[in-house]
Amino acid sequence: MSTLLSQTVNGLVLGSLIGLIALGYTMVYGIIQLINFAHGEVFMVGAYGGLAMSTYLLPGFVQQQWYFALPLLLVGGAVVSVAVAVAMERFAYRPLRDAPRLAPLITALGVSVALQEAVRVFYPGAISPLPFPRVFVEGAYVLPIGDGVPVRYTGALIIVVLVVLAVALQRFIDHSRLGRAMRAISQDRDTARLMGIDPDRVIVATFALGGVLAGVAGILYGADLGFVNIDIGFQTGIFAFTAAVLGGIGNIRGAVVGGLVVGLVKALGGQYLPGGTAYDYVWIFVVLIAVLVFRPQGFFGETERVRA
Amino acid sequence: MSRRYAVAATGVVLVAAALLSACGTNRSEGDAAGGSSCDTSKGTLVIGMIAPMSGGVSAFGLGMRNSADLAIDQANENCTVPGYRLVFQPEDDQSLPQIAAQAATKLASDPNVAAVVGTYNSSTAQSAAPILAQRSIVQVSPANTGPALTRGEKAATQPRRPFPTYFRVAANDLVQGPFGARYLVQEAGKKKIAVIDDGKTYGVGLVENFVKEAERLGARIVAREKVGEKDTDFSSTIAAIRSSRPDAVYYGGEYPAAGPLSRQLAEAGLDVPLMGGDGIADPQYIELGGRPGDFATNIGAPVESLSSARAFVDAYAAAGYPEPSSAYGPMTFDATNVIIGALAGLVRNSPFEESSRQRLVEAVQRTNLPGASGTVAFDEFGDTTNKVLTVSTVKDGEFEPLETGVFEQSN
Repeated sequence: MSTLLSQTVNGLVLGSLIGLIALGYTMVYGIIQLINFAHGEVFMVGAYGGLAMSTYLLPGFVQQQWYFALPLLLVGGAVVSVAVAVAMERFAYRPLRDAPRLAPLITALGVSVALQEAVRVFYPGAISPLPFPRVFVEGAYVLPIGDGVPVRYTGALIIVVLVVLAVALQRFIDHSRLGRAMRAISQDRDTARLMGIDPDRVIVATFALGGVLAGVAGILYGADLGFVNIDIGFQTGIFAFTAAVLGGIGNIRGAVVGGLVVGLVKALGGQYLPGGTAYDYVWIFVVLIAVLVFRPQGFFGETERVRA
Repeated sequence: MSRRYAVAATGVVLVAAALLSACGTNRSEGDAAGGSSCDTSKGTLVIGMIAPMSGGVSAFGLGMRNSADLAIDQANENCTVPGYRLVFQPEDDQSLPQIAAQAATKLASDPNVAAVVGTYNSSTAQSAAPILAQRSIVQVSPANTGPALTRGEKAATQPRRPFPTYFRVAANDLVQGPFGARYLVQEAGKKKIAVIDDGKTYGVGLVENFVKEAERLGARIVAREKVGEKDTDFSSTIAAIRSSRPDAVYYGGEYPAAGPLSRQLAEAGLDVPLMGGDGIADPQYIELGGRPGDFATNIGAPVESLSSARAFVDAYAAAGYPEPSSAYGPMTFDATNVIIGALAGLVRNSPFEESSRQRLVEAVQRTNLPGASGTVAFDEFGDTTNKVLTVSTVKDGEFEPLETGVFEQSN
């Protein structure tokens, strides 16, 4: 019983982190039908941005108090991620806006490798994993069920942050001017332009929003696991991409649910399915294939309408 | 028409220039030899290295590179190899077998390469050793511990040496796993042990040999799990072993995963010591989350206890390398000196040529060197006869040696 609950908690924590990143995939796809494979790297540079900030900028006494350090790092990580996401849009994707769809997809893969290599070469010591500073309360609260179910404080923080940001994002898209513009562009870019919406500005804003979420996720990842390395972007990015597809790519709620599903499948599949944790990746992709076969539009996606 | 000729001519010039500059980098003469006055009239010989100088375990690889560089510098300064200047050529394998094979091919195709130091990983050695063996190039590893490298697939029961050119100064896992098991079961009194490995040659082999000895000594293996080499979140693995209530965890793998694993164990309320092999015995392990009370076995005696090691440590410090020498520094220094010593004897009377390679292998086989890590000599499989190991524990932010002993096989 307590093992089941512990694995569920683990799955929810991992799933929340994946969900935060999946939101970035889903928004960009919703607006310009681009699968931004470099989005995982936006998450990774956010983590390194926070690390750089705490190593080179923050004085020691600030770092001692998590309620100073955590918000500062979250802002720092988000700023770095947004800068990279916006630059990526401007220099790698905008010139290809009207190119065949394959071109920006391949560019995205190239950007992903380039960002990884850039961090590896230019960030001091990034050739091996780097310890991440403690910016939140260490340790775990043990729920008194059976043998005890540990919930890491950082894990709880991740779940809370996902819920808050996902709700805020949904409200923003539903009710703000910019959100309405995003929805308009995702339906029909040319008509939206005729209505006085500047697609370029809205697309940049979309990348920036995804960057904020990825940067926050990067800092939370570092705070939770205590270290970062340059591979985390690609690995977590693939999970997040899977989550976005599961949920129905382009759908905000779908990305969150997809993230949680991926997290839970990894944790519970590793515990209860044959093969143990060595096979947990296999189960994630088995689920992905099953969903694509039986419900290709994902949990919340709509079947693509053919426009006349 | 004329423009096309101009383009063609430019192309020819460019190609020619590229070829010329390629020749220019060819090592032909011992130029100036760093101000020393040795006789280098016979030219240069290259000692190659294959090690992970980037990637997760680069702390080990960079320490190895510097230590070999130090040995070669000293040899050049002391004119150890008469008539030749030694050149060091390190190649990065990123811990990947495929890249190690490329590096081995590159080194093997260069007639100036006399011998190779490396690799770090057992898996990279498995891809590099056959390539070097085919050209009869001596390879001396300071770090590989996979038993199959010297004793073939049936290492424990029917040992057969696969590569006559392969030697190592590190004791293999038939020694290190059981040595750790003896300490953990007999000295630390742990009876319920969970084992985790990272699926690589080194990790799997270490765990296998650990388990055999631990069970023989009466301990129970209560859980067996695998993690991915690049995994970062171990919470599901930990939850899987938690219910079996182990009183220790043995990990087969390297520090980039082991450090975070140790930290996450404690955070999940499983506050039991983690033990690993030489792959975790690096300060980086502690920085990444290794906790006080964790154990690591390491090959050789602690440097403080050997006067020969002291000399190495001092020379390394004096040379001013930016990276620390790592746990493998003394053994890399020794591996390089094994090669230098054999070369020195070999070229005293005749120049180094293709036919010398076989004799170099024989010379290495006869090695008896008082090295930084202890006496270096090889048995009939190319394994070191030095079976001195040390158990260390994490204390005050560093590994502190607990016990050094000579391993004796029990049957």
